[in-house]
Amino acid sequence: MTVLDPPAVATVPPRSRLPLTRSLFLAAAAVLLVVVFLLSLCVGARGIPFAEVWQVLWRPDGSETSYIVREMRMSRATLALLVGAALGVAGALIQALTRNPLADTGILGVGAGASFAVVVAIGLLGVTALSQYLWFAFIGAILVTALVYALGSIGAAGATPVRLTLVGVALGAVLGGFSSAITMLNPDSFDDMLRWSAGSLAGRGWPTLVTVAAPIAAGLLIAAIVGRPLNAISLGDDLARSLGANVVRTRVLVIIAVTLLAGAATAAAGPVGFVGLMVPHVVRWFTGPDQRWIIPFSAVGAALLLLASDVLGRVVIAPQELEVGIVTAFVGAPVLVALARRTRVSAL
Amino acid sequence: MTVDFGYRTLAVQRRGWSGIASLRAALVTLALAAATVIGVVVSISTGTYDIPLDEVVGGLLGTADGGTVLVVREWRMPRALLATLLGVALGMSGAIFQSLTRNPLGSPDVIGFSSGSYTGALIVILVTGGGYYAVAAGALVGGVVTALVVFVLAYRRGVQGFRLIIVGIGVSALLAASNTYLMLRATVEEQLTAGVWGSGSLNGLSIAELVPVALVMLVLVPAVLTLSPALRVLELGDDAAGSLGSRPTSIRLAAIVLGVALVALVTAAAGPIAFIALVAPQIARRLTRSAGVGLIAAGVTGALLLVISDFLAQRLFAPLQLPVGIVTVSVGGVYFVWLLVRETRRR
Repeated sequence: MTVLDPPAVATVPPRSRLPLTRSLFLAAAAVLLVVVFLLSLCVGARGIPFAEVWQVLWRPDGSETSYIVREMRMSRATLALLVGAALGVAGALIQALTRNPLADTGILGVGAGASFAVVVAIGLLGVTALSQYLWFAFIGAILVTALVYALGSIGAAGATPVRLTLVGVALGAVLGGFSSAITMLNPDSFDDMLRWSAGSLAGRGWPTLVTVAAPIAAGLLIAAIVGRPLNAISLGDDLARSLGANVVRTRVLVIIAVTLLAGAATAAAGPVGFVGLMVPHVVRWFTGPDQRWIIPFSAVGAALLLLASDVLGRVVIAPQELEVGIVTAFVGAPVLVALARRTRVSAL
Repeated sequence: MTVDFGYRTLAVQRRGWSGIASLRAALVTLALAAATVIGVVVSISTGTYDIPLDEVVGGLLGTADGGTVLVVREWRMPRALLATLLGVALGMSGAIFQSLTRNPLGSPDVIGFSSGSYTGALIVILVTGGGYYAVAAGALVGGVVTALVVFVLAYRRGVQGFRLIIVGIGVSALLAASNTYLMLRATVEEQLTAGVWGSGSLNGLSIAELVPVALVMLVLVPAVLTLSPALRVLELGDDAAGSLGSRPTSIRLAAIVLGVALVALVTAAAGPIAFIALVAPQIARRLTRSAGVGLIAAGVTGALLLVISDFLAQRLFAPLQLPVGIVTVSVGGVYFVWLLVRETRRR
């Protein structure tokens, strides 16, 4: 800990760099998360008083209230937590790996692969069920990321961050172009496609949750162990190697983790890109550059942002719903801009 | 007196004016320009009504028969020239922003211009139903206002590249979310109009659109080229540039204004044609094997990309006309991936 925290990083106020303060911050965020979680069980098209929610939570009585709380809102809130944590961690990992503040989870082609597969499913194969989009999106994300990595790592230099980024962006753009061509040639699927790409948590239910839980859990687990080598990699590949970090293994692990996390999250909720881009930036201003703090903070922070946005989206234009992908941007962007203005900017 | 730069150079020294360029960069740029000219001629001569090459010349000079002259002068030539000019504008503005942010992902999108212009165009389409000049004006206002807002929000005793990026990300995300919201509440026809505009298209453009574009380019391109050496210096970082006598903030402001003006021109004329601004400087850099992003090379590469893409957009699914933005993304992306793959093989 002390070894990797040289006094040179004096841009962050020293108080918040104490491990105790950081742990307290993290705990406070977790408590806030629980509060918002309970709130999200109460709020919706039909408001349910907290006492009633609490009661049916422990003793299901088969009533309509019980069904709404346990089957619909519980699963939705849990999914928001999982997807949020996955997006936040994936964003933190990819920004650390590519050392590029513009990198988001889409940079490895995850988003483009998922969207392309869904467009093919909707436009060419006539798939209409939300539960089937899930598989197309997930498989598309994995295949395209694998392709990006394969193309990026050809040659002696291997998959350097810049090459990965450029290949990912280029391939993502190509697929994006194909996607728009397909939607333009099939105007009927335009609306379905648009709705999916806005990003929403509505109507997913427990089956979706169960499907994406395993890959997200695996991804989070990998993220927990790559924090240390990623700290070394932030110094540059050569220096990291001389410090004893295994650069290639770390890179492969991170890419696997990002694919699992972002792929599953995109499959479950559609492309909610902004969360993964923004949360790590905000988190870094509180924690400083240590990945072992950035990763858990990003998980909690992103889960909080997504869950709160989902609650907000159900309230602002009730009885209609605002897609969570839209709300996260409206909630998160002002925070990001305000922080960028207030804080002395710390690059990666 | 010659200096060894490690590569062969072309040097010109006249009284009050001198310049130096890598020989390879100069040759590659010339070759790209020649390819662009060929592309323009080919796209003038092919179409539903094929015109042999000699008649193309006749059509341009006005000596061929009336129909050919009409097709060449009124329809195909303006469109091909527009593709060239807009391609140059995109390539150059991309080069400016990548040099400014020192980031290969830098493009005019960084400052929120594209999302802003889309919002402006979308509002015009939803309120008035469209119309070329109304949508162009909406896009222009939306984009310029957004760029201004981003610059002002990022301004704190000067504008740092990194803060500009972060503020740009935030504002773009906000606008992109509003765009999605507006699109989801629009009718199918409005969605399609906006979708086609949003891909960028040269369909139906003629001499009436070419003249203003050419005039604006005549002003912008020399200004950009004048700024080029200062941008090179700025790439060293603010402190080093400052110690060399450069004024980072004012140069950055000028560069942003010019970069935005270039992309604004394209957006107003043809909609937000994606990806050329991002990929042309990178392709040019690899072809010329230079360390930095060259403005002229990037511009010529952009022109070639857009001319080829527009040719394909017209002919690929003829008589169905694709928006050129969809093709640029595919052509540019595939070529760029190939270039990246080949680059490492050689080492």
